[in-house]
Amino acid sequence: MGDPQANRLVVLPLRKSIEIALKSIRVRFFRSLITTLSLVLAVSFLSFVNVTTDIANGLLAKEDPDLRRVLVRAGYDIAPEETSVGNSPKLRWIIILSLLVCVVGIVNAQLMAVTERFREIGTMKCLGALDRFILRLFLLEAGIQGLAGAGAGALLGALFSLVNSFIRFGHVALTSLRWTDAGQSVLFAVLVGLILSLVGVMYPAIVAARMQPVEAMRVEQ
Amino acid sequence: MAEESRNIVRVSRVTKTFHLGKVEVRALTGVDLEIIAGNYISIMGPSGSGKSTLFNMIGGLDKPTSGRVFIDEVDIAQLDAYELAWLRCRKIGYIFQTFNIIQVMTALENVTLPMIFGGMNNDEAVEKGIQLLELVGLGDRYLHKPFELSGGQQQRVAVARALANDPAIILADEPTGNLDLKTGEEIIALLKQLSKERNVTVISATHDFKMLNVSDQVVWIRDGRVDKIENRDELSISIGEIGTKDG
Repeated sequence: MGDPQANRLVVLPLRKSIEIALKSIRVRFFRSLITTLSLVLAVSFLSFVNVTTDIANGLLAKEDPDLRRVLVRAGYDIAPEETSVGNSPKLRWIIILSLLVCVVGIVNAQLMAVTERFREIGTMKCLGALDRFILRLFLLEAGIQGLAGAGAGALLGALFSLVNSFIRFGHVALTSLRWTDAGQSVLFAVLVGLILSLVGVMYPAIVAARMQPVEAMRVEQ
Repeated sequence: MAEESRNIVRVSRVTKTFHLGKVEVRALTGVDLEIIAGNYISIMGPSGSGKSTLFNMIGGLDKPTSGRVFIDEVDIAQLDAYELAWLRCRKIGYIFQTFNIIQVMTALENVTLPMIFGGMNNDEAVEKGIQLLELVGLGDRYLHKPFELSGGQQQRVAVARALANDPAIILADEPTGNLDLKTGEEIIALLKQLSKERNVTVISATHDFKMLNVSDQVVWIRDGRVDKIENRDELSISIGEIGTKDG
């Protein structure tokens, strides 16, 4: 065993990691779905609120006194000289809270997933997996789930917002909307969702990666 | 054989103490053991004798409280995380009582995983994986998922996986513990055959007396120390003893 360091490295190519992560998600699809569902809901809420604000701004930009009155009646606090609306502090709080609850939900679901997979992780370590292989697998899985869940949630929220506004304000809501703004809101929601998913899996993944193989073997299942 | 014999595993004055709350449990109280390359060794002992603890030490799965474990004359306590992972990947093949086939992967993917870790490219790994599955008699089932295989077949997959990187040592922890009599015998015969053909050292922790027939050496563990070590030629007597003890 006196051969040089270079020959003594264990490896897991990225392509193979992605393959394993995808397979894990597919096999445990129902569980992944549950894990992702809270993220879908939180992100769709975020996207809904932001796109709705974009629509209100689009309406305001028309500088039509009638539309302004309709907006005020719809519950927007618009001072006479204001030309744009933002989210009220209360609404921002609700968004932050919903995202926090979502992260806690993800941490909870992922910790359970790690417990379920103790044996699998231990076995991989016995086969020579390094801590970071395990970490990478969990992060990849969470990343894929996060991207898919947040994508679906953001589109859902935006769609719901468009339909809702169309019903309340009529077709002018859609014609006056600056679509780049709405697109940015959706992308922002996806990004936030992805980050939340990765933040939520961080602690469970570290727990999994640090586990000694012998501990994994001891777990009775 | 005596002249050429080479120690693949050397355990020197190993003790292990576990702390369960405030209670100290001394699982091993000073074990010395030398295992010659290519032999088929059974570690026997009642449950709670320290057998599994010793087994985990030899496999580099656990570190001793004091004393040293050498594999190929390298002290495994001196290895860093990378070297330890390399050792587990290339030098040692593990077989478990509960099979531990990774459930989300097919039989073939289970067998190729250690080869991928070992740096082999995918095509070569697949080719070798199929060969190994044929060797253990599962050539036509390599695309099956673990839940589609019986216990005996899963253990065969585990044997093939243990052989993936041509290890010097196969460590088997109660490999027949979850199998019926006949399937257990088949797995034992398979291990013995592989040990002979490939000159692999098989170390098996067990309390399955079927193992005695094929073992070159039996290490009896009792109360955290080596009770006695018997070679193959001395064994028939002790089997007689066991028979009379049990009867």
